[in-house]
Amino acid sequence: MSNPLGMPVLEPASGAHDQHMVLNLGPQHPSMHGVLRLVVEIDGEIVVRLYPEIGYLHTGIEKTCEAKFYHQVVPLTDRIDYLSPMANNLCYALAVERLLELEIPPKAQWLRVLLAELTRLNSHLIWLGTHAMDIGALTVFLYTFREREEILRIFEGLSGQRMMTSYIRIGGLAMEPPLDFIARVQGFIKSFPEKIDEYANLLTGNPIFRNRLQGVGILSAKDAIALGVTGPNMRGSGVDFDLRRDMPYSGYEKFQFKVPIAIEGDCWARYLIRLQEMRESVGIIQQALDGMPEGEIKADAPKIVLPDREKMKTQMEALIHHFKIVTEGFAVPAGEVYQGIESPRGQMGYYVVSDGTAKPYRVHMRNPSFPTLQALETMCKGRMLADVVAVVGSIDIVLGEIDR
Amino acid sequence: MGDNLMGKTAVMEGMAENPALRAVLSWKPEALVDAKFDRGELTLTIAADQIRAAAATVQAAGYNAFEDMTAVDWHPAEPRFQLSYHIVSHPFKERIRLRVMLGGDAPTVESITPVWPAANFYEREVFDLFGINFEGHPNQRRIMMPDDWQGHPLRKDYPVEGYR
Repeated sequence: MSNPLGMPVLEPASGAHDQHMVLNLGPQHPSMHGVLRLVVEIDGEIVVRLYPEIGYLHTGIEKTCEAKFYHQVVPLTDRIDYLSPMANNLCYALAVERLLELEIPPKAQWLRVLLAELTRLNSHLIWLGTHAMDIGALTVFLYTFREREEILRIFEGLSGQRMMTSYIRIGGLAMEPPLDFIARVQGFIKSFPEKIDEYANLLTGNPIFRNRLQGVGILSAKDAIALGVTGPNMRGSGVDFDLRRDMPYSGYEKFQFKVPIAIEGDCWARYLIRLQEMRESVGIIQQALDGMPEGEIKADAPKIVLPDREKMKTQMEALIHHFKIVTEGFAVPAGEVYQGIESPRGQMGYYVVSDGTAKPYRVHMRNPSFPTLQALETMCKGRMLADVVAVVGSIDIVLGEIDR
Repeated sequence: MGDNLMGKTAVMEGMAENPALRAVLSWKPEALVDAKFDRGELTLTIAADQIRAAAATVQAAGYNAFEDMTAVDWHPAEPRFQLSYHIVSHPFKERIRLRVMLGGDAPTVESITPVWPAANFYEREVFDLFGINFEGHPNQRRIMMPDDWQGHPLRKDYPVEGYR
């Protein structure tokens, strides 16, 4: 069924009562976290049926990747999930490095872990701020953005960019971190646990916030797995699985951390889990800072990794390699690789297929928000319409990675 | 990460203990068309008309979580479309890839949404962007592109800059 605009007709399902009404939430709606459109059929205020209409942000990134060199895909990955760019950079870089069978120096691996966890904090802070704002607690937003600002400044010092960092590259990192980097991260994580306490003080004991979340949007463990829900949302339903611990990548096996679990499966459980995850991330960052190895931040592969500017201007070889990499890219052995990582929102995966040329034959992103959206109806059915807003906030979706 | 194993016989000899491979072989050996173990990833190529039953078989063998599904267009080679299903096992902490090859002429395959409801959006996406039909899909509509869009953008014969 479609009208000239290509929009589905808003009609109650056949056999429905006359008093059913179909309501359109979004795509332009402050609580829809971007351009999500929900078609909701309601009986009075009770949700009878709900389905998400997506694609308003579809930019064809997967198609664009096929026309770029492997290096040129890195900036595109930032733009998929603009709230956790480093996680996307990391996942893509790991996938291509496995195709190339490149060894990454330990210092680069540890810095990648550190940055992935900083990104997790960054993403969870935005989630907490906007989620609380959806519920009506506006103050928390101002607090979380205060801390997020410091993370963005650290990113800016690293890469020159606040959001679209493109810092994790194939074969290592873009450049050495600035001299004050370690001190700055140390300063940030020293004060950050207190800030988490501050958020918890504002929200955890707040009866209005609690009543809006407790018992709302329940998702059973069985449904979570069947519908492809991953990450904190799945762990909030009692499924104990985290790729960082269970299928480690980039040296995560060398870090000690707990994976928080809750069994309730409601919005409140998801809230508590993400707060706990932030505390665990602080611990991982501290371990990364304490045990940071010495050495290179790029793999020793001159035909793949861009040389330093200094070398490029003094050494003939480096200049030739630079010219070759920029103009022709580098050939990647034919094959296919699926690399999964634990992004702030759940299991992210990059499926890269190479046909042996300098451009990827196919790049597919498995982004955690996309399947999570399928569980929305299960979570909202039979609840009040106002709960839909609480549930959408609690599952932490980013439309950029849903539509790609 | 062991050595790479190419071909069905090599994988059957080298990875006889793998639960997914064992389950598929004890269910229907002729459904397994090809297999490879490359860069630490096991790929089982399944006959196109057996994919739903194969999915149910590996699900019962402990590969409980559907993770991802997509297609690759090998135009102009035949068979043209390759479907890749990535399935992760929580108990074994490992991943397998099921693969199906489809011809380019009116490609149709059984939907695995009845086995894993999570495949719903993924199959809609492949239908939308590659034009592959999924038999038995509960709601096969375009998901990314507008409903009246002409063509399937991720096919290799669709220009990157679109038709002008």
